[in-house]
Amino acid sequence: MSLVLGALQLGVMYGLLAIGIFISFRILNIPDLTTEGSFGFGLCVSAMITIAGHPYFAVLAGCLAGALAGVITGLLTTKCKIHPILAGILTMTGLYSINLFVMKGSSNVSLINTDTVFSDIRALLPFLSKDVSRLAVIIVLTAVAAVLVAAFFKTRLGLSIRAAGDNETMVRASSINVDRVKVISLAVSNACVALNGAILAQYQDYADISTGSGMLIVGLASVIIGEAFFGKRGVTVGIISAVIGSTIYRIIITVITKYLITSSMASASWLKLISAVIVGIALSIPAIKSAFAKFKMKKGGPFGA
Amino acid sequence: MLKLESVSKTFSKDTPNEHKALDNLSLAVDSGEFVTVVGSNGAGKSTLFNAICGTFMVDAGAIMLDNKDITYLPDFKRARVIGRVFQDPMKGTAPNLTIEENLALAYSGGNGRMLGFALNSKAVEKFRTELEKFGMGLENRMKTKVGLLSGGQRQAVTLLMCTIVPPRLLLLDEHTAALDPAMSDKIMEITKDIVKSNNLTTIMITHNLNFAMRTGTRTIMMDSGKIILDISGEERDKMSLSELLELYSQRSDKVFDNDRMLLTKRTEI
Repeated sequence: MSLVLGALQLGVMYGLLAIGIFISFRILNIPDLTTEGSFGFGLCVSAMITIAGHPYFAVLAGCLAGALAGVITGLLTTKCKIHPILAGILTMTGLYSINLFVMKGSSNVSLINTDTVFSDIRALLPFLSKDVSRLAVIIVLTAVAAVLVAAFFKTRLGLSIRAAGDNETMVRASSINVDRVKVISLAVSNACVALNGAILAQYQDYADISTGSGMLIVGLASVIIGEAFFGKRGVTVGIISAVIGSTIYRIIITVITKYLITSSMASASWLKLISAVIVGIALSIPAIKSAFAKFKMKKGGPFGA
Repeated sequence: MLKLESVSKTFSKDTPNEHKALDNLSLAVDSGEFVTVVGSNGAGKSTLFNAICGTFMVDAGAIMLDNKDITYLPDFKRARVIGRVFQDPMKGTAPNLTIEENLALAYSGGNGRMLGFALNSKAVEKFRTELEKFGMGLENRMKTKVGLLSGGQRQAVTLLMCTIVPPRLLLLDEHTAALDPAMSDKIMEITKDIVKSNNLTTIMITHNLNFAMRTGTRTIMMDSGKIILDISGEERDKMSLSELLELYSQRSDKVFDNDRMLLTKRTEI
């Protein structure tokens, strides 16, 4: 039971990451590597402010830190005309030093015996078990973020962002500042990612500088799994499907680590390979489909074998 | 209204591919005029539009719109008062957004309330009445993604997007050239209606000399980045197509290829 609850907690929490990746990858059409740095940025900022005794402000500050990282990548892309992927790598690389600086030079800090949002809510609702109250906090947080982001993409600004990812020429011709729109959307995307990092620090009661690495692939896997179930539809459906995709991904990972990976394999170290394989296969489905269709046509043609 | 003074633009300067796209070009368009532009491929027609829209900065000269110097204004700021329809129907609309979302984008474009909801019942009602006028049944497909429409339907949506908030200047860049003849006539008809009912100042590039002479109030002909012919009023009304072609070949030393509406050097024939 606690295994299921644990998977749900992580799955819904990483839904925040998936929402962020959905914005950058599906709406803006950019695989944004800033994610790797901004996730850790949110985590470190949140951990240090939590230790200082402000757990709620820590979550907000972590989120804003991610937005700032997004703004920097956005400015590098739009104003300095750097390729989006390279711009993301630059920000990510720079953030590694910043994150170390935020954590005062140590590569990990512990939040054990520190007041967190989770311990606070637990004390407030003593009738819930620990796992249930933690799940409740995570669901509320993700739901609020999902509703806010979904509403945001229904505004004029949100519509401009969607159009900018879809047809930049047209947006330029319709008097919208494309550069500003891109910067804002990267900020929103990385704010979601960093919010995930911020709450994760309090959830696991420690922060490690390397937590952010591989997050882009985790997010992509979640978005793609979600789309396998819901298809590619509007933004609101996309956001919901990203969160559900993240939950399914986490359940798959839990099952794999629990039952399929024997103790002789260092279980956690295989997770990244598994994620990479899932994303690799999912992204090649269109190519595989067309190759298969061509093969069938060849076979079925008048001169077919 | 629109005034270009001695505008020049050279591409790939100081390379073997140097190309003078606009050569000391001056043009003044009065409010309410409907100018048609003809000329061979590479005459500088689209470059002229790009200069007016601010796609690039010109090398020399000045551009004025409504007595305001817009020579150095960035493109998206000019777009608030200039509407532009491209030849390629894919360029003017966002394929993954619905018809009503595309229209909402244009309807809201540039005004300050970026965080208001883009679609409200009043706006949707306006889109529906405007689309009904086209008689293409688009008013019943407002929630359809634009990517699923035909080229002509997309071009109709683009036209409405460019004019739903009437622009000071409407630029049409061979906007019917990629369509089949029937659809091309239909879009032309819609264009005339919109221009007339909003009394829009319009410049239209076309390869179709018939369209050029039958539409609008003034026709200019371009060659090698210059305006070589500028006719309006009675002179234009009386001019036959063959007279126009004769004038053209006199002034540019080329002849119009009637079949393909392309131009070839006279010496090559």
